[in-house]
Amino acid sequence: MNKIIEKEYFSPKVVKLVVEAPLIAKSRRAGHFVMVRASENGERIPLTIAEADKDKGTITLVIQNVGVSTAKICALNVGDELTDVVGPLGKATHIDRFGTVICCGGGVGVAPLLPIVKAMKEAGNRVVSVLAARSADLVILKEQVEEYSDELIIMTDDGSLGKKGLVTQGVEEVIQNEPVDMVVTIGPAIMMKFVAALTKKYDIPTVCSLNTIMVDGTGMCGACRITVDGKTRFVCIDGPEFDAHQVDFDEMLMRLRSYN
Amino acid sequence: MSNHISADNRESAWRDNLRKSLTAKQRTSIPRAQMPELTAEERVHSFEEVNRGLTAEQAFTESQRCLDCPDPQCVTGCPVNIDIPGFIKNIERGETDEALKVIRRTSSLPAVCGRVCPQEKQCESRCIYNKMKRQPVAIGYLERYVADNGKTKSEKTTAISSRGKIAVAGSGPAGLTFAGDMAKLGYEVTVFEALHQIGGVLKYGIPQFRLPNSIVDNEIESLQSVGVNFVKNCIVGKTISYDDLIADGYKALFVASGAGLPRFMGIPGENLIGVLSCNEYLTRINLMGAGSTDCDTPVWKGKNVAVIGGGNTAMDAVRTARRMGAERAMIVYRRSLDEMPARAEEVKHAREEGVEFLTLHNPIEYHGDDSGHITSMRLQVMELGEPDSSGRRAPVAVEGKQIDVPVDMVIVSVGVSPNPLIPSAIDGLDVSRKGCIIVDETTMQSSMPLIYAGGDIVRGGATVILAMGDGRRAAAAVHEMLGNKK
Repeated sequence: MNKIIEKEYFSPKVVKLVVEAPLIAKSRRAGHFVMVRASENGERIPLTIAEADKDKGTITLVIQNVGVSTAKICALNVGDELTDVVGPLGKATHIDRFGTVICCGGGVGVAPLLPIVKAMKEAGNRVVSVLAARSADLVILKEQVEEYSDELIIMTDDGSLGKKGLVTQGVEEVIQNEPVDMVVTIGPAIMMKFVAALTKKYDIPTVCSLNTIMVDGTGMCGACRITVDGKTRFVCIDGPEFDAHQVDFDEMLMRLRSYN
Repeated sequence: MSNHISADNRESAWRDNLRKSLTAKQRTSIPRAQMPELTAEERVHSFEEVNRGLTAEQAFTESQRCLDCPDPQCVTGCPVNIDIPGFIKNIERGETDEALKVIRRTSSLPAVCGRVCPQEKQCESRCIYNKMKRQPVAIGYLERYVADNGKTKSEKTTAISSRGKIAVAGSGPAGLTFAGDMAKLGYEVTVFEALHQIGGVLKYGIPQFRLPNSIVDNEIESLQSVGVNFVKNCIVGKTISYDDLIADGYKALFVASGAGLPRFMGIPGENLIGVLSCNEYLTRINLMGAGSTDCDTPVWKGKNVAVIGGGNTAMDAVRTARRMGAERAMIVYRRSLDEMPARAEEVKHAREEGVEFLTLHNPIEYHGDDSGHITSMRLQVMELGEPDSSGRRAPVAVEGKQIDVPVDMVIVSVGVSPNPLIPSAIDGLDVSRKGCIIVDETTMQSSMPLIYAGGDIVRGGATVILAMGDGRRAAAAVHEMLGNKK
């Protein structure tokens, strides 16, 4: 059982929870995820860790209410407990001094992007962050990302914040203005697909972090399998981060609809 | 321990008298007991246990068949060397509790083994009755009878932790056996389990109709009563590191993390919606409760279901599919029935439950509709050629002979690989090309002196009882290692 210490609504459908998990807080690194069960008969669902505080023994999760289990988690309040939290799982992000790195996040994907922005900055990179959402009220963690970015670009579909346009327009603008050595993208699968297509055109190495259907999250079930460079890979143990130029996003998008 | 053995060894007076009470001819003329079962009709509508267990009368009669051989070969066929005649003769003299004590001396999970061990390939295959061209003594049925009906006082160890702390990664059969043995030796044992339930494959893998969860829980409770601690949701190598454990005062780690990784065949269409691994299918249903109304985890309820493979897990999956409402449930296996690795009993039960066997067929391609759901499978017809490295006749494709079969769900059950989580998380641990932890075969010690390993993480995919045997040997070796260090 893991107690909820803090709860904040980023938007009516997006909730931030700070959860007691001292061992995970101590061992997690940027890119790791946890498996969470909200109740005794609940599903196990993967959630990427947004932040952690070793001293307080807490991890931060950002959850978008999109289905049965995420609705249950979003309905929990401070003092309530998550039935199970296990992790940290997956491979940590490869952090290095690449030069200039674009960190590009869409929607709730900005939450798992934040620790990468931070780690990339701390490793000595010039970090340009591009955040995208449908409208201003759906842009999350803006200040935190800004704190660790050399430059922040915000793109909204309706122009209510930052520039009006798609995330790819923001990314392309940066690429045209300066040499970019690496792109990290986290967000809806369809967004990552288009970012990958764009950066491939410019031949810039690009990493994406995938969120697929999982049951155990420890390599056992294979529900999370995707095709990367023609080979079957498990997101839970081989990922969650992959070379975005090699991922078969169309197959992944299809598999995400498995239980719809 | 020696005084226990003298109380009921073969030379003791009661055993001698019992042997003389019936002639060998009288004993061998008794027919082997038939396991009472649910009818096939009852079975396909429920997850109730199929085998109901022998009655007291059946168990007594069956125990009379055992000749109490001077050199019992059955014991040598048991990976944990249970004193088989010793417990069977206790049934015959009416001492079921004593019988359980005899079994528990070498086995921590009798109720589990009595149900899922392939006795026909182990103890029962060595029974003297086979030489007489008669059916062997039903050792498995009797073991289960004793486990279900015998009672042992909980042997609460008084001086727990006097010998130090020991860590176990994984709570499947190898981990539980090791933990039980170490606790009995006076160590303070903590078992770390990655999932939210204790029991490993006994919980997520083997379906309730073959091994009810309550049976597994009883065994776990009896381990708790001898002082074993269980920590759920904790992955050694991820949540806590090996170094953390050592710094925390643990004297050794036994890795029993199992064969996690499902294998796929790498054929076109295998990632279509509705194609899943047997692990995923069974985990959804067994561990997560998918299919019952109060559980959130979904699962496909296919009408035309094909299970690819011929092992016990394939039988578990196909029989589960029948219970989940499949109208047509098929086993697709590339060799013939004779080469099938599944237990004969599982094959028989599956047949009775209406499962079709498409032997000598191998899937080569799956086809789906526009939304990506599987709609059919293309099977290559096979024939048997020369024996291959496994000693079995190799399946060879019959050129030009392929059939398309409509399916809305395919469960791939062609084997598993070791779970890579721990091997990849501990630097310095020697791992084979296949991902198994390399150990000394007698001590189960790995390349790191304080790390031992057993079960499927070492074997790559074997049986419950072999995993238990590994746990036993590792416990003895760890005890010796720690003793020698003093």
